[in-house]
Amino acid sequence: MFSIRKIALVIGLGAAGLTGFANAADVTGAGSSFVYPVLSKWSASFAEKTGNHVNYQSIGSGGGIAQIKAGTVDFGASDKPLDADDLAKSGLGQFPSVIGGIVPAYNIDGVEAGKLVLDGQVLAGIFLGNIANWNDAAIAKLNPGLKLPDAKITVVHRSDGSGTSFNFTNYLSKVDADWKAKVGEGTTVQWPTGIGGKGNEGVAAYVQQVKNSIGYVEYAYALKNHIGYALLTNAAGKTVKPGNASFQAAAATADWAKAQDFNLIMTNAPGADAWPITATTWIIMYKQPKNAENSKVVFDFFKWSLEHGQSQAQELDYVALPEALVKQIEAYWQAQFKH
Amino acid sequence: MVIATDIIDSGQRRSRADARHDAWFRWLLRTCALLVLAALLGAALSTLWGGREVLFGDGLRFLTTTQWNPVENIYGAWAPIYGTLVTSLIAIVIAVPLSFGIALFLTEIAPAWLRTPVATAIELLAAIPSIIYGMWGLFVFVPFMAAHVDPLLDSSLGRLPLIGALFRGPPLGLGLLTAGIVLAVMIVPFISSVMREVFQTVPARLKESAYALGSTTWEVVWDIILPYTRQAVIGGIFLGLGRALGETMAVTFVLGNAYDLTASLLMPGTSISSSIANEFNEAAGLHRSALIALGFLLFVVTFIVLLIARWMLRSLKQKEGTA
Repeated sequence: MFSIRKIALVIGLGAAGLTGFANAADVTGAGSSFVYPVLSKWSASFAEKTGNHVNYQSIGSGGGIAQIKAGTVDFGASDKPLDADDLAKSGLGQFPSVIGGIVPAYNIDGVEAGKLVLDGQVLAGIFLGNIANWNDAAIAKLNPGLKLPDAKITVVHRSDGSGTSFNFTNYLSKVDADWKAKVGEGTTVQWPTGIGGKGNEGVAAYVQQVKNSIGYVEYAYALKNHIGYALLTNAAGKTVKPGNASFQAAAATADWAKAQDFNLIMTNAPGADAWPITATTWIIMYKQPKNAENSKVVFDFFKWSLEHGQSQAQELDYVALPEALVKQIEAYWQAQFKH
Repeated sequence: MVIATDIIDSGQRRSRADARHDAWFRWLLRTCALLVLAALLGAALSTLWGGREVLFGDGLRFLTTTQWNPVENIYGAWAPIYGTLVTSLIAIVIAVPLSFGIALFLTEIAPAWLRTPVATAIELLAAIPSIIYGMWGLFVFVPFMAAHVDPLLDSSLGRLPLIGALFRGPPLGLGLLTAGIVLAVMIVPFISSVMREVFQTVPARLKESAYALGSTTWEVVWDIILPYTRQAVIGGIFLGLGRALGETMAVTFVLGNAYDLTASLLMPGTSISSSIANEFNEAAGLHRSALIALGFLLFVVTFIVLLIARWMLRSLKQKEGTA
């Protein structure tokens, strides 16, 4: 009997110890994995400055939306904006955080990185399986002078639900009616062809290992893994290279002023130098927060990130929000949020 | 007198306390056993409940169709069911003879000094987490399959009539065959250590008598050891099969995750558990329901496999009875 009493005592002490760890200055967010690297970097710097900790769980956009609606976190992050009705119904507001680009990544024998040029319709044709060989006339037309092999194309897509897939399929739906009718857009879609890799790293690994393959990854992953990425012809008809300048051009030429609650997907942006598959992640918060103290910390955090964190974001190959957009976000905060 | 009643009293008290402790102990044991049943029933029912919209809404169509379209909210589970069954079948076909050989070598043929190190090494293999097998599969084994095995199969077996369709395809390296082989590597330690343990239980008397009558090693194995240990050997095989059916991470890495149904084993496919692992994060509404329904199907598939195992054991016993 003694031993049972002892065990009970130990359990009791343990439970008491656990509750002692709770700390009032901790705020929690959850959602998109797209912003996870930059949010964790910001969070570390922010904690150094202010002593407040921002915990971010990268559980996926869908999970982030569910958690903020359930009120279990102080902010949610989603790669897909909520529409005005949905926001109003739950008393939520949303704003963009950082910008990043998605690039077609390829591994073709004898074709160097950054040499292949594609446009939206050819990309859609490849991912539909209609263009099945690298020496197809449609690809050759965009790449005069480039010697493409007579080899079957292997398409690599994401196997998990992801905001990257959402932005990629959204772009293909905008530029190709066939894609829109047959596949459509979403975080997970029914891929007509190809193999699925889990996460950006999964797609990157498959593209590197399977010869004559093409996939799509976040720009940072393509750089980190030294995978060849293709150039794209944008809505203005100009062929652009992915990178800071073209991502920022897309963000700047997107018509944010007219978008209610920043509900605007930046793909196929109209600017002459705009990268066509540019994406952002929206931060979602309550307009009338239950926990005002935590909410204030979150605002301080994002305010700090807009003012000081953007250079850190660039080190991670994200892109700073354009000046005009930052002003607009700050005005939105003033007008919409109680803090 | 006083002392005597004291002794009787304390004896009665003692036996009452014993009876009480016994009752507690019985109750505790019963709770432990019931807890397992409750957990099993709870998990099965909650996946059934979570997947009700798809399971009862679509019924047979969910089981037999292959379209998996989250945009249009149309779900058919046949491709993942097929992938699960085929990869597990490949794994068992490879792993059973291999494990049998390992176990026999270790119990009958290997010199005594070699037995313990090899047995320990095999048990260590069983302790490697499945994600490690997945990484090894993706970064080491997939390129090897793509460069050597796939082209060879395509140009040799792929030319044959009928079974040729199983081995035709581009050399991706990924696919059902690769996943099956990686699964085989993962379940060999389980099956072979069970086999080794039970082979050791065969009384030396029986084996020596057979040898004395002039049997070869093979005859001893086939006529003495196997009949003696048949039940436990089948149990070990089904333990391995159970692991292969439910394995998630390693399969996700090397299977290719495509909802395609092709005859070729060299083409990518998907499995029940890897579909769930891939898509659950971002799934909502009917998509979520479809994934939970897939989970329920895995329960059903595993249950059916166990039933078959039981049935096999029973028919074996009956055969022994009549023989």
